[in-house]
Amino acid sequence: MTSIILLSVFGIVNLFVGFLKSKKILLPLALLFLIVVFGVNLLGWNNTQTYFNNMLTIDNYAVAFTGIMVLTTLLILPFSQSYIDAEDENLAEYYSLLLFSLVGAIMMVAYENLIMLFIGIEILSIAMYVLAGSNKRSLRSNEAALKYFLMGSFFTGVLLFGIVLIYGATGTFDITEIGAANVMADGTMNTMFTMGLLLLVIGISFKIAAAPFHFWTPDVYEGTPTFFTTFMATVVKTAGVAAFYKLMNAAFEGSFTSWFPTVIAITVLTLVVGNIGAVIQPSVKRMLAYSSISHAGYLLMTLVAFNDLSENAIFFYSLSYAVASVMSFGVLKLVEDAREGNQSFAAFNGLGKTNPLLAFVMTVSMFSLAGIPLTAGFFGKLFVFSAVIATGNLTWLVVLAVILAAVGIYYYIKVVIAMYMQPAGENTKVPVSGFAALVLIICTILTILFGIAPGLVSNML
Amino acid sequence: MITALLLFWPALAALLVLLIKGQGAKKVAFVAALVEFAIAIVATTGFDAASGATQFELNLPWVENAGIGFHIGMDGISLLMVLLTTFLVPLIILSAFKHDYKNPNAFYALILFMQTGLIGVFVALDAFLFYFFWEVALIPIYFIAAIWGGVNRIPVTFKFFVYTIFGSLFMLAAFVYLYFQTGATELAAHSSDVQAFYQLALSAESQSWIFWFLFIAFAIKMPVFPFHTWQPDTYTESPTQATMLLSGIMLKMGIYGVLRWLLPVVPMGVSQWDELVLILSIIGIVYGSVIAIRQHDLKRLIAYSSIAHVGLIAAGIFTLNEQGLQGGVIQMLSHGINVTGLFFIIEIIYRRTNTREITSLGGITQNAKALSIFFMILLLGSVALPLTNGFVGEFLLLLGVYNYNAWFGAVAGLTIILSSVYMLRMFQGVMFGTKSEHTEAFTDLTFNEKAVLIPLVIMVFWIGLFPNTFLSISEPAVGNLLNIINR
Repeated sequence: MTSIILLSVFGIVNLFVGFLKSKKILLPLALLFLIVVFGVNLLGWNNTQTYFNNMLTIDNYAVAFTGIMVLTTLLILPFSQSYIDAEDENLAEYYSLLLFSLVGAIMMVAYENLIMLFIGIEILSIAMYVLAGSNKRSLRSNEAALKYFLMGSFFTGVLLFGIVLIYGATGTFDITEIGAANVMADGTMNTMFTMGLLLLVIGISFKIAAAPFHFWTPDVYEGTPTFFTTFMATVVKTAGVAAFYKLMNAAFEGSFTSWFPTVIAITVLTLVVGNIGAVIQPSVKRMLAYSSISHAGYLLMTLVAFNDLSENAIFFYSLSYAVASVMSFGVLKLVEDAREGNQSFAAFNGLGKTNPLLAFVMTVSMFSLAGIPLTAGFFGKLFVFSAVIATGNLTWLVVLAVILAAVGIYYYIKVVIAMYMQPAGENTKVPVSGFAALVLIICTILTILFGIAPGLVSNML
Repeated sequence: MITALLLFWPALAALLVLLIKGQGAKKVAFVAALVEFAIAIVATTGFDAASGATQFELNLPWVENAGIGFHIGMDGISLLMVLLTTFLVPLIILSAFKHDYKNPNAFYALILFMQTGLIGVFVALDAFLFYFFWEVALIPIYFIAAIWGGVNRIPVTFKFFVYTIFGSLFMLAAFVYLYFQTGATELAAHSSDVQAFYQLALSAESQSWIFWFLFIAFAIKMPVFPFHTWQPDTYTESPTQATMLLSGIMLKMGIYGVLRWLLPVVPMGVSQWDELVLILSIIGIVYGSVIAIRQHDLKRLIAYSSIAHVGLIAAGIFTLNEQGLQGGVIQMLSHGINVTGLFFIIEIIYRRTNTREITSLGGITQNAKALSIFFMILLLGSVALPLTNGFVGEFLLLLGVYNYNAWFGAVAGLTIILSSVYMLRMFQGVMFGTKSEHTEAFTDLTFNEKAVLIPLVIMVFWIGLFPNTFLSISEPAVGNLLNIINR
């Protein structure tokens, strides 16, 4: 709760600091704010508190995922160097919007009430609609914002409709009470309840870019300035998956049989579409967009497993995925800034020679996303697969995921090949600011650390 | 503790080497690899060869509360593999001394880093740890082959990388499944320890498909026919040092994996499929040999001969009798030594003539007496002449296959004839006859080249004349293995 208040206040402070002539202070200030929030958030560990008549609960689950999201934002901000350098960018507003959307993200992992879930999603999304279109002079950015906004509002409508139907069936918005409500009549599930549940699942699937509700993702990710794409691919996805799991776990555990077929179909479809789609993408950014769809699929596998291993698996996977995404999108942003917006694989040619550090970071990130040992991504996949196999009768899903993970290696390694094995040609050295280099090194260390000693964070929940 | 030292010293040395600019890196790497060999020797002297037990064990929790341990240790089979690795790596580094690779620090650091992965595979006693090192060994060799390799290196190594990872992911899935079968009564009591896997009592049906999940991973690595398609191209396109690492040590990972993680874990699965595996292996022997006879490129020729040799090892191991298993273990050593030596000799010839085509070579014996002798010895070791190392292994392996099924033994025995054909044909074409324009000014071995070849040749004779030095180390461990399989 303190973190929500602090973030809101800091966001406003940031706006006012934006009136100052110098933009130099904005980044350190925002980083400081986030460090404070990160620390304050940790104080809530093992100290469950509820607020607003049981509308929000800050428990370990909320603290853990808030931790991931704040940390990710902290790691993303230093990549805004190009905005600091540019005269006419509204840096203070961008930072404030990011802080505000974090408020929404925290509400999405701490809600006890469907209304709070809805509000959280809206707070998060509206900021993202604006940021998607923040490059006002770019047609792609405008297209991305419009697409994201139209599709987003439509699916928010679907979500809200679902909430209403659930309310109609159970008479409550509280997720624990929904879980306890008797929705069976004469041995069959209440139709209104089932419909509401389905619409809720669809609404949230859109937010985490799960197939078949993923069509917006590649275009929006591509059009949005890379700096904000990073945020979309990490914080928004983490919040969405955490909210999804919390919802199913608290409110719909009893109706498992009625949502399980839908969720498993979405999962399989997401895995297939994400991995196969990424293979044929000509640009690294679109490849990463499809790869983020595939990661939504892996995360959804924990929901399919739905056992006591799921929570820790989601946590570890989200963390490893978020850190690796910061690295990959971060390097992509630096590279495209230096190559006049070129996001193709060719833009990475010879990076191993011109920028050994960036190439190494990108390699670690690709390996982590692909799930190759020595990186956190390996244990992420291992924990997810473990959770699914522990159910005992879903081995086929793991086999499918394994085959698709092998497909994933195909497209991730393409970047590595471009960096180390293609000649640099006309590609010159990419300038890297000190802050960005520091963040990339921290992320690399974290990825390898969690890849060697996953026990540090794998059993937190 | 000494196992941990063996495991981490190369990785530490790799970091050190990475910091050294220029060609000094190779010297540091060489010294580091020698130190590693010395550690392995110390471990061997402290090893109680009479006992089949795992020694120098270290078991620490790795992933807390999940039963996944950092469990390492060595029995006789592991020790021999570790000795092979630590013996070959310094020679492989030494063999590159006259070749100035670009970015030498990265090149040698990757070799040392790979050594950690290889040692890790051979000493890991926890399934996930094994898988971890299995992939750790792959990443450096991919980069070595793909950055410093030949013209077609990018698509070739790409296929190699994706293919092997594809296989190993199945192994991972199988391990996860097995992990959840342990401690079935209590959910929290799962363990991925090798002993826990050995105690599993799975149904024949699940053993059957677990067998394939594991076998595909190991078969791709070895490679067994028909999973070999990545191998000839990768061997040919890689720089020689990578080829030596791949053929000398890395393919032993696959065989070792079968010994440690396949035969004892799913014995019933093995007994359902062993005949098919033997048939595949024997097809591999004949197929590899016949194609080797038709090759003109020396590196490709040895690559195909390697498929034949590995086929025989695989066949022997899957007979599940003591001769076959012991023969497999000793042949892993012999093959590692011979194939490393042969690839180095090809490299020596290539350095002087810039060609690997048999037809453009010839008459080298006239200029290079020493090279001819070394080449001949390694070649005879490879065709299993008595008194050389190849004889001991192939004899035991064929005996094992013969005991399993006399017809299989007869067909597998063709390897002796066929390997003489392609090896001697190669020797004849390259070393005898009239000089070609490429071999006109051929110079004999340098000191550095001799320094690599002499230890290898010593080992050819040592294993050939006194095989018991090595057989006695692995015998109790193989006995243990058979007890677990036949329980």
